[in-house]
Amino acid sequence: MSRDNNIAVDIQNVTKMYGDVTALKGVSLDIRDNEFFTLLGPSGCGKTTLLRVIAGFEEISNGAIILYGQNIANLMPNERPVNTVFQQYALFPHMNVTENVMFGLLRLGQDRANAKTRVGEVLELVQLSDFADRMPSQLSGGQQQRVALARALAPSPKVLLLDEPLSALDLKLRQAVRLELQQIQNQTGITFIFVTHDQEEALTMSDRIAVIESGQVQQVGSAREIYEAPKNKFVADFIGKTNLLDVSVTDLARGKGSCILPGGVQITCPAAEGAHAGSGHLSVRPERITITALGKGLVQGTVARHIYLGTDLHVEVNLVEGGHVTVRMQNSTQIQIPKVGQLVCLDFEPNFARLLVD
Amino acid sequence: MAASPQQNSRAMNNNYDGFGVPLILPSWIIIGFFLVVPVAMMLMYSFLTKEFRGGVIWEFSLAAYDQFFFDRGLFGDSPPVIEWTYISIFWRSIWQAGVATFFCLLIGFPTAWFIATRTGRNSTIWLFLITIPYWVNLLIRTISMKFLIRDNGPLNEFLISFGVISEPFHIINTNLAVQLGLFYSYLPFMVLPIYAAVERYNFALSEAAADLYASRTVTLTKVILPAVKPGIVAGCILVFVPSLGAFLAPDLLGGAKNFMIGSLIEEQFKGNAGNWPFGAAASMILLSLVLIVLTLYARHQARGQR
Repeated sequence: MSRDNNIAVDIQNVTKMYGDVTALKGVSLDIRDNEFFTLLGPSGCGKTTLLRVIAGFEEISNGAIILYGQNIANLMPNERPVNTVFQQYALFPHMNVTENVMFGLLRLGQDRANAKTRVGEVLELVQLSDFADRMPSQLSGGQQQRVALARALAPSPKVLLLDEPLSALDLKLRQAVRLELQQIQNQTGITFIFVTHDQEEALTMSDRIAVIESGQVQQVGSAREIYEAPKNKFVADFIGKTNLLDVSVTDLARGKGSCILPGGVQITCPAAEGAHAGSGHLSVRPERITITALGKGLVQGTVARHIYLGTDLHVEVNLVEGGHVTVRMQNSTQIQIPKVGQLVCLDFEPNFARLLVD
Repeated sequence: MAASPQQNSRAMNNNYDGFGVPLILPSWIIIGFFLVVPVAMMLMYSFLTKEFRGGVIWEFSLAAYDQFFFDRGLFGDSPPVIEWTYISIFWRSIWQAGVATFFCLLIGFPTAWFIATRTGRNSTIWLFLITIPYWVNLLIRTISMKFLIRDNGPLNEFLISFGVISEPFHIINTNLAVQLGLFYSYLPFMVLPIYAAVERYNFALSEAAADLYASRTVTLTKVILPAVKPGIVAGCILVFVPSLGAFLAPDLLGGAKNFMIGSLIEEQFKGNAGNWPFGAAASMILLSLVLIVLTLYARHQARGQR
């Protein structure tokens, strides 16, 4: 049992099996009160299963789910004080916007007059007051998404679950709704648990992120922590782009490690928990690498190609010792772009590189 | 009210109306020859004078309708009073068809739900199993039913041998037998449209309802039933309408006391004893009744959608 009053949802060692397939392997997470918490991972990683387990749509095979001190693992979905915004919205097609939003309130035993007032409030919150009498089929995707949000917010749940709610929207709309979601979370103070496979969404919106892969939590932390200090190869690779250099680790002490780079230069840099001596991986973000004159950098290679990305330019460099590295340069007029085939040196600040667990 | 995406696409389809006429012509011809012309003939016959050996005399007459609704005494000269014979046959038919429809729905809905929620090929297999008996002619099936439920038939023997009853349970020639026959004849017409509706049902709606604190019962009544209502209504119409005019089940299973409209109409066109205008009039009254009910329903639907 959690004794911390700030914990909204305490997921304890939750395992979910589908026959022989394990969808969740002993997942433990603390989600804090009033937090925008994101479950991030590739499709099929178990993030949606975890959300459905919290909502009660899937029974767990093992473990406990403590919601504000109460184990809800054995409750039916309609007995859990959480509400869900579904991926495809799942609005009731035969009810208009008001009736959709009112549905949960009436089930909780509110009388119609009070429920109506509350519906007005939440529709205002999602800026849909003018659409109260429309049927879902008469709304655009973005409007339907807001109705789904309003419907889930109306009963003032302790925790709001959002299952990739933005995935059906187009890019511009998605960016606008992201901001709105954050604002609404701030205004209402409800704990949001947000599922997405989109790392940009996760990085921009969340207070904390849990990176999930193969039914296991790989790392939990703020966007910055996860990006700057990934625990393992998967997290480093999944969140943003990174270069993984094969190095041999010689020395490890107090979060720092010494390693020998391809080409023989030895550096000391931060090491992830669990890193060990021997052959390992060094993660260096493309934007941390600079191209320097020969003899001045840490590793050497030839330029293989340029990738033009508008604001940025990626330069791919094949290392002399094998493997390749992507360097990200800002597309400004001041930079000198090395030509394809040119032999260059690459330099980076060892403090921004990181030794990883495989 | 702004046009919804669906309305826009419908408007676009109208651009293809030019191609529609030649394409739809075969349907028009079929509907014309096999629906409009026969109904028009019936309508006409119902206003003609009867010939005593069957057939009609080409002379306008309201006698058929008069006979249906009014009793003018043995010699036709007493002041008219309402004739209840035929109205009560109609009423019994509506009741029998209604009961059959109710039981079809009661059994058909869970069956359709079960089939629609099977995974993969299983639902196809179940659907196939449901339709197999209907490859056999309706007459044969109705006669088989008669053998099954008669006093010394397998059903009664089974119940007696297990000591459930001591005397044969008398079903044959009762209302129950007719209802049973109608139920069995038309059950697939209930199952199939409901199956189609349930198959299209988005089960995330049930989850959404449960998420919003709805119990299973409330989810069923407030979310599932409204969503699959078109299938239920289609099933009820497909069972009720043919049950109303059915004559095989009432004739074979119901006996003389449980006469229904279908048999009444059938009699009028059989052999030499018939009365064609009266049969045609009874048909027209039945048709009007059905059309009135369907129109009222369509009106109600249109209002609900606005």
